[in-house]
Amino acid sequence: MIFYLREIAHARAGDKGDTNNIGLIAYEPAFYPIMVEQITSERLREHFKGLVQGPVTRFELPQLYAMNFVLERALGGGVTRSLSLDPHGKSYSALILTIPVSVPEDLSLKLLKAGRKPLRDDV
Amino acid sequence: MKKNMNGQSILRIGAGASYAGDRIEPATLLAEHGDLDYLVYETLAERTIALAQLDRIKNPNGGFNELLDQRFYSALPHCKRNGTKIVTSMGAANPMGAVKRTAEIIRELGLAPMKIAAVMGDDVREYCIQHRDTLPIMETGAPLASLNGEIVAANVYLGADGIVQALKEGADIVITGRVGDCSLFLGPMIYEFGWPTDDWDLLGKAMVGADMVECGANVSGGFFADPGYKEVPDLANLGYPFIEVEKDGTVSVSKVEGTGGLINRATCLEQMLYEIHDPANYITPDVVVDFSAVELDEVGKDRVRIRSGSGRARPDTLKVSVCIKEGWMGEAEITYAGLGGLERARLAEKVVRERLAIGKVDLQELRVDYIGMNSLHGDASLPSDQPPYEVRLRFAGRAAKKIEVEKLANEVETLVGKGPSSSCLPRKYIKEILAVYSCLMPRTATKHQVIMTEVTA
Repeated sequence: MIFYLREIAHARAGDKGDTNNIGLIAYEPAFYPIMVEQITSERLREHFKGLVQGPVTRFELPQLYAMNFVLERALGGGVTRSLSLDPHGKSYSALILTIPVSVPEDLSLKLLKAGRKPLRDDV
Repeated sequence: MKKNMNGQSILRIGAGASYAGDRIEPATLLAEHGDLDYLVYETLAERTIALAQLDRIKNPNGGFNELLDQRFYSALPHCKRNGTKIVTSMGAANPMGAVKRTAEIIRELGLAPMKIAAVMGDDVREYCIQHRDTLPIMETGAPLASLNGEIVAANVYLGADGIVQALKEGADIVITGRVGDCSLFLGPMIYEFGWPTDDWDLLGKAMVGADMVECGANVSGGFFADPGYKEVPDLANLGYPFIEVEKDGTVSVSKVEGTGGLINRATCLEQMLYEIHDPANYITPDVVVDFSAVELDEVGKDRVRIRSGSGRARPDTLKVSVCIKEGWMGEAEITYAGLGGLERARLAEKVVRERLAIGKVDLQELRVDYIGMNSLHGDASLPSDQPPYEVRLRFAGRAAKKIEVEKLANEVETLVGKGPSSSCLPRKYIKEILAVYSCLMPRTATKHQVIMTEVTA
């Protein structure tokens, strides 16, 4: 089934100059392979539709079932001169969690049991 | 330092602030009940020193953290009684000014004798001006001289050395300007355990622990709650964290019992990845930290122990934040609601754009947001079936001259009577832009100084 990434992971975003980073953490180790396979740098860039002008790099921390994304030229020229309402890109953690992911059947059942709603029923 | 059950010395350091305007009460609570050896207040974001420098130009006795009085009046009596030393970057653009004010507070509260150290040497504005034709900007690669504006402030990120020296000389309170955030915590560790400053694995391991608390309550349930997904108990009474450091650099993170918030694997992970890039190469003035093999163990309620951090030799260069006056920014907002609210907002945008052209308003950049629809994520925002019931229309513009952004804001304000119907009162904000750029300077080109002030009874 298709779920929002929010159902399997949590995130926090921060800034340094014009670069944003997003830490993405699986709620359970079983969800981590879904992130590795589906939340690639390319997928993130595509989902962020023009918000990121520079490269996106992904760093993996498998023992912590977490990853870190670094988004360059992503803050409208930098925190101090950007005209954006979110010059730090702190709300980008909420945006990454809107990426739809395909979840294998056993894990989907687990999510349904926990009261999580799928985005779509197809696999 | 106290001993643990195995007879080992344990150094306890609390995080009492993580930005200039941070809350006061949780730090006071830490000072009173945290059983701390040290209380650290980190209060400098990238632009804070430049803003403080502008204050200092207006008032030679100012230019340090505006909440210093509130913080010290409430925490110093507890610190004195409990033997807790303080390390803080509240000195901002004027550490000596902060020392002078702190001495007055100590006398007034009858807490003398105490020794206060100022750590200086971070102000490298003169160096940057002298070398502006050759120092490259990290963001663009071009020399500093390519920037179009006056350098208001240039401050180098100093490491822990100055803090260690101040503690060796007997300081009860250490007040710094720009120092690496984590170095404020590392200083007391190096001093208390007598660590060699070139044992990179040891320093790296300890820095992973320092990084956990350098953003204060961001590790203890702040910036974390997401109802239905990530619950935080008693968020209103959020407790600020402390670390317990062992001689081998092992660090545990916890908070005072009975306070709100939580500390677990998830809160620690969010904080650990916050504002780092390559986890194997986190550069600080003291050591290059390697987070890539870190493991986190939940060893008790609101208690996490960190394993397997490491480090490599510190870099030969230090990072400098250079702050430039880069013109003016104006923002103005107005709200439309009800049926057709979105259409009226769109008409208002069109009208303002036309009036800016009629008035020949000279803006370098103009941005228009529909707050409630797409102001944060633009085209990436999730689509909605229905138009929003309310829309707050926001204009933001940048210009070389103040008058131009004032004209923009006025064109928005006058929409009330001269634009589409049923708008409600707008607000406008005008501010000078202090843009921050980074460059690297040789470590050997700067040296910290420690100036000690003894407050006698």
